Amino acid sequence: MRKTTILSATLAGFIAAPIAASADELVLYCSVQEEWCRLMAESFQRETGINVLMTRRSSGETYAQLKAEEGQPRGDVWWGGTGDPHLQAAEEGLTAVYESPMLAELQDWAVSQANASGMRTVGIYAGALGYGFNTELVDDPAPACWADLLDDRFRDDIQVANPNSSGTAYTLLATLVQIMGEDEAFEFLGELDENISQYTQSGAAPIRNAATGETAIGIVFMHDAVAQAVQGAPIAAVAPCEGTGYEIGSMSLVEGGPNPDNARAFYDWALSPEAQALGAEANSFQVPSNRNAPVPPESPALDQITLIDYDFETYGSSDTRQRLLARWDDEIGARR
Amino acid sequence: MTPDEIRASRAARERLAWLVLLALAVLVLPWHRAMPTDATPLIPSALGLAAEGRGWLWPVVLSLPLLVWAGMRDAAGRLFLGLALAGFVVLVVQGFAVGLRGPAFDGLAAVFPVAAQGQTGFGWGGFVAGLAFLGLIAHTLALRGFCRGDRFSASAVVFIVALLGLFVFFPILKLATAAFVGPDGELALGPFRDRLFAPDIWRLDCLTGGRRCGVVINSLMLGLLAATISTALGLALALIVARTSFRFKQTLRALSILPIITPPFVVGVAIIVLFGRTGLLTQFGAEVFDVRPTRWVYGLTGILMAQVLAFTPITFLVLLGTVEAINPTLEEASQTLGAGPVKTFFKITWPLLRPGIAAAFLLAFIESLADFGNPIVLGGGFEVLSTRIFFAVAGARYDLGHAATLAMLLLSLTLIAFWLQSRWLGRKSYVTVTGKSDAGLASTLPFGLKGVAWAVVIPFVLFTMGVYIVVLVGGFVHDIGRWDLTPTFAHLRTAFAFEIGASGLEFYGSAWNSMKTTLLVSAIAAPLTTAVGIMTAWLVARQDFAGKNAFEFGTMLSFAIPGTVVGVSYVAAFNVPPVDITGTAAILVICFVFRNMPVGMRAGLAAFAQIDRSMEEASQTMGAGGAATLRRVVLPLVKPAVFTALVYSFVTAMTAVSAVIFLVSARHNMATAYIMGRVEAGEYALAITYSTVLMIVMIICIVLIQLLVGARKLGRRREFQGQTTPAE
Repeated sequence: MRKTTILSATLAGFIAAPIAASADELVLYCSVQEEWCRLMAESFQRETGINVLMTRRSSGETYAQLKAEEGQPRGDVWWGGTGDPHLQAAEEGLTAVYESPMLAELQDWAVSQANASGMRTVGIYAGALGYGFNTELVDDPAPACWADLLDDRFRDDIQVANPNSSGTAYTLLATLVQIMGEDEAFEFLGELDENISQYTQSGAAPIRNAATGETAIGIVFMHDAVAQAVQGAPIAAVAPCEGTGYEIGSMSLVEGGPNPDNARAFYDWALSPEAQALGAEANSFQVPSNRNAPVPPESPALDQITLIDYDFETYGSSDTRQRLLARWDDEIGARR
Repeated sequence: MTPDEIRASRAARERLAWLVLLALAVLVLPWHRAMPTDATPLIPSALGLAAEGRGWLWPVVLSLPLLVWAGMRDAAGRLFLGLALAGFVVLVVQGFAVGLRGPAFDGLAAVFPVAAQGQTGFGWGGFVAGLAFLGLIAHTLALRGFCRGDRFSASAVVFIVALLGLFVFFPILKLATAAFVGPDGELALGPFRDRLFAPDIWRLDCLTGGRRCGVVINSLMLGLLAATISTALGLALALIVARTSFRFKQTLRALSILPIITPPFVVGVAIIVLFGRTGLLTQFGAEVFDVRPTRWVYGLTGILMAQVLAFTPITFLVLLGTVEAINPTLEEASQTLGAGPVKTFFKITWPLLRPGIAAAFLLAFIESLADFGNPIVLGGGFEVLSTRIFFAVAGARYDLGHAATLAMLLLSLTLIAFWLQSRWLGRKSYVTVTGKSDAGLASTLPFGLKGVAWAVVIPFVLFTMGVYIVVLVGGFVHDIGRWDLTPTFAHLRTAFAFEIGASGLEFYGSAWNSMKTTLLVSAIAAPLTTAVGIMTAWLVARQDFAGKNAFEFGTMLSFAIPGTVVGVSYVAAFNVPPVDITGTAAILVICFVFRNMPVGMRAGLAAFAQIDRSMEEASQTMGAGGAATLRRVVLPLVKPAVFTALVYSFVTAMTAVSAVIFLVSARHNMATAYIMGRVEAGEYALAITYSTVLMIVMIICIVLIQLLVGARKLGRRREFQGQTTPAE
């Protein structure tokens, strides 16, 4: 009796420590819009009865988390977010090799993403980079090119995410480097910095802020801008005239995750036309990677946008990514 | 049997129980949390593992027969104590000597080649063995006269010291080390120096017309401004409540509780809704004065507004106590001697207020330094220490060394503030409450001062009301961010939808996971915090043992450490074996228990100071031991302290964010971390809805706790009970 109080108090503290994952669970790291993450988790749970534990974090943050958990991973699937951090994780062996039977149904760009990574990741959607502006705050002439963003009238009125945390912003960095050349791109970003009010953490936050009028322009993926417009915000999406890069949103299995079977079940399901059609329901208008999945009519048509020949292999590699981010920190981030 | 024989046989039974526990731990229970990949021992206990080549576990296993043998010779002897201590030390050392990826030093790999495979953190076996060793140490210490031979007190001291060591000092030590670790894992002074003197920490550019200052400068500026303004406001409010015929005093007191149960971020969101560029008031101002609306609220201004709103109630409560305690006879004497009300206020009242003002100022300053929720929502490009620490760990460029250096800086600033506080308050005598009867009528404020006080307070109250109206309305309208005020329950449905389907109750709302975890963690943490806190207070107030002062200081230290620092230090300490518990619910509970325990302890100490020792002595004279006395006599008498500690620890666990934001995981997410995600994604309505639900849940729980604890029965008709109100 005497020691029971202390004993039980101390034991209760440890009670949850050594419990392993139970059979019917899936830990999902999700890097798209919360709304879509929720719908995916919920639909998979309804279909299979597997309890989905979902965390939404930006792709850069998720990559950092996988790295921190290396050795004892706690996640099963990393679904969504730009392809570059997925490729980097694949290169570092943080994610597992898996060849899904669904691969045959996918678009070429999705399969080439898988091939580039040695089958450690796969494309699930595609979307072009661009920007959106608030039509109530931006007067004529409307901006149409990357160069227009340097205009003085947008002083402190543009937002973009921090490339360290957001795949969107890293895609911008890599796109500008590919269009202009590296030194010129950093010069451009340096001038653009005068007009940037804040580098946000999450990639889509700038367009949310543009929708509520907290900022005039948000540099985001075009489908994010379209999503705001569909919901009734005064937002117009722009495909920059100089050409633009695009993302291949990807999915990877975490190497050594606690529930590998459920993870593969989710992986196959997420590549099915039915699962990919969920995006539009959740106001996400990316182009799905399964050829049989319906393309939402609101989606920015990729064939009508000047797309550059984005070099995923180079710009998704660890070395290039780290070098560009370090230079961004030195030349742009350090001014803040 | 004689009483001595009874005591001896009880002691023997207790020792046997600890030894059985130790045997269970090393022979049967799985030693590790997860087995090394290629090891498949017959029994996953320390014995099984040691037999399969993991020979560094032998000393732990062999301590068991040695202890049995020594116990049979002389249970209270030095040999037994030494063996128990050695067992504990060996246990800890082996945990650190062989890490996840192999041995910490090369010599070990030569002796045990298997060590190269590494080992994972402690499982049940490891933890229970540690528990048993500590129990045996305390047991023997008591037999040798520690704590006047009371075995219960001795165990309590040993366990609390061990837990404080593991969960307060070890993480801080680990964090301090991390600040010196270079990019390649080497320990050196160079990286620390570079990090410490980086220009983005100390830069003073903003004072000389540049764009940005360093983070330390930002934090200090913000802290000083927030403390000054909220102290001034708190004083004005306290003077109005105590020294004027203001009618709504009770309402004001009740309202001052609001910020304590308000989840973080929601005030920041409300401020954006009101004062952001498209905010109602910004738009209004822009129309009236015909200027372009700007993002003026983001940065120092916005954070300052939110912090003043949150801290003014705290300074108000501190200063109200001071104002009410001033003996009116002094002021009367001054006026009798011919001084006017103005002169009396500045010559008599003001000097007596000074210690209260200093305390309120420093409290607000410390809170401002530790604040994380407001800077992250309203900061824009304005970074302070707490947010920079967070991004160094949670951002894409994980840099623990950088975070650790900043955390040490933040900790030093906080400790300096605490030190100033104790020095300042310790010097002069400000005693005005004496046993002598006084006239009891406080003098009223001089007219001019009253005007100033009202002029400050009215805008503040309007501001507070505006913010809370937004919070109340925001969750139940279509989109408060765009002022679309169509009523809707859609946000509530998104967060808390559930269905009763074929497989029973199914929770589909996105907030359920975090809500369940939050409630569970808070419900476990609150009683534990209270137990540890009151127990510690009882030990400090009523027991004599060696090292009591150091013990008391140690418990208070855990209170002084800002939440962000606790979070980072837990990541640094508990992400790797031997105690690898990140990603569990246990780490959340532990974090809360040791952060909030000092509040329970303070409440307990205050209560014990009012209760005469004679009752406990009577109990002990009648033959009750320490445990029975504590349960039957002491606890019923300190019910108010138990209530305070329970409520405080529960509410803090529900609303804390700065520490838990580092410790949440997909499996165990907390409400505040979830809300932060929603705010970051711009889903203000959802964040506000969830916060409203949380506040309602908290109020219900506080009422439940009140009913559960009940009032203490003193056998008097009326009691006068001073209730301390906790501040975050």
